[in-house]
Amino acid sequence: MHPAPSVILFTTLSGLGFGLLAFLGLGLPDVTGGIAFVFFAIAYALAVGGLLASTFHLGNKVNAIKAFRQWRSSWLSREGLLAVLTLLVMAPYAMGRVFWSENWALLGWLGALLALATVFTTSMIYAQLKAVPRWNTRWTPVLFLAHALAGGALLSGQITASAVLLAVLGAVQVIVWQQGDGRFAASGATLESATGLGRIGSVRQLEPPHSGQNYLLREMAFAVGRKHSAKLRAISLGAGVLLPLVCLLVLPFSHVLALIAVLSHLLGVLAGRWLFFAEAKHVVALYYGR
Amino acid sequence: MTSLPRSTEKKLGLVIDLDTCVGCHACVVNCKEWNTSNYGAPLSDMDAYGAAPEGSFLNRVHAYEVTPDTGGCAQTVHFPKSCLHCEDAPCVTVCPTGASYKRVEDGIVLVNEQDCMGCGLCAWACPYGARELDALAGIMKKCTLCVDRIYNDNLPKEDQIPACVRTCPAGARHFGDFADPDSTVSRLVAEREGIDLMPEMSTRPVNKYLPPREKDRLSASGALSAQSEDPKGFLAWLDKALEAL
Repeated sequence: MHPAPSVILFTTLSGLGFGLLAFLGLGLPDVTGGIAFVFFAIAYALAVGGLLASTFHLGNKVNAIKAFRQWRSSWLSREGLLAVLTLLVMAPYAMGRVFWSENWALLGWLGALLALATVFTTSMIYAQLKAVPRWNTRWTPVLFLAHALAGGALLSGQITASAVLLAVLGAVQVIVWQQGDGRFAASGATLESATGLGRIGSVRQLEPPHSGQNYLLREMAFAVGRKHSAKLRAISLGAGVLLPLVCLLVLPFSHVLALIAVLSHLLGVLAGRWLFFAEAKHVVALYYGR
Repeated sequence: MTSLPRSTEKKLGLVIDLDTCVGCHACVVNCKEWNTSNYGAPLSDMDAYGAAPEGSFLNRVHAYEVTPDTGGCAQTVHFPKSCLHCEDAPCVTVCPTGASYKRVEDGIVLVNEQDCMGCGLCAWACPYGARELDALAGIMKKCTLCVDRIYNDNLPKEDQIPACVRTCPAGARHFGDFADPDSTVSRLVAEREGIDLMPEMSTRPVNKYLPPREKDRLSASGALSAQSEDPKGFLAWLDKALEAL
């Protein structure tokens, strides 16, 4: 699948933002006033920035507002709705902490729950697609939630929690890669089943239907990123999980190190998210002999 | 709502005969011509006269070579592909705006262009590559089964079928109602064991493909014997003269 920068940024940033909101909703860290303002500002900037980035790839932006209508059937619609709902519920909670030093815990808990539900709906946009076997697994929501929780813990300065959650994220990521590599073959889709000619024999492409590019090839038969897959996996794991763990557990705590841990984690997540798209093969590629 | 209807009154669709298709691409051209000048946004071309021309099409013809497992010659199969108007169309349920829908009356899957925001998720959900986002209009285009022809009383009766079917010079495309077991398309599928594409995707396509019939095999006994064993007249003299050299 084509790793569109807008979608990579959207899933990465909004995932981090909603992860941070989840922790802030639980009162971790238990901050008020100016410090609370900074925490909530970062969380809202990430979440809203990510959501805005997701609209960059729309072909017809004027209709974006209609995306809230089909929540009964569409995961994309549910995600939009839950994201807005989370931001609306967290707003009074944040104001309580920032302006009146109040902890309206029930509101915070609700906001935290909604934030994680938003991340879950984001992941289901991908996990529901049978036509992309690598994504079409229960591990996709697990991976997205692990990303959001680990990133949220890191951004909210929860050292023990982030160490544990980063380790969990690393493990989940390795499992996702391991079993993801076999998903396409396991789906049973082949050029033989795609053409129905398998009952006669083996099939190969003789001629493509068009000599030039088209939307399908650009969007769904993307193959550039797979070449450096092993290196990018190493970068993703090293920068996203291992270096932040070293910063948190091995070295003595300092704010500079915490910043390095966060930036390194962000880089790792971006590399991983790039692979998430670039390595995912759509079954339509079969029709083009790819 | 972009939920799928439980059932549809009719199941309009196409049967494509892979044995008959000659790969002339007339259906591709006539589809583009009709659909770019009638219902909905035109099917745009980008860089049409440049080095890398491309455009939106609702129907494309692939070509494959299939080598029989049981031996024999490999054969070329021309393979037209357009929307299969699936009964469990995954492109419909993923749509966040309600632009994608499947009609209850005849099962045709359509895009309401007034609602489409061009997110492309429906094209991702389709295993068959039946949907293309138009680069100029920014909205999703797909086969409408020529909904503006088949019910159009302003057209002569013989033209009230999809443009691709009307134009096919080989008669490889058939249009009809699969809900009616006595329709031409239903009988063709029954007689020729019509198949679904990628059944493992659980989309239950309405369109069916008729696989190529088994080809004749060359056998040793059927080969012609050599004809001029014993030359006569001038050739006999030439034969002898050449032997003597």
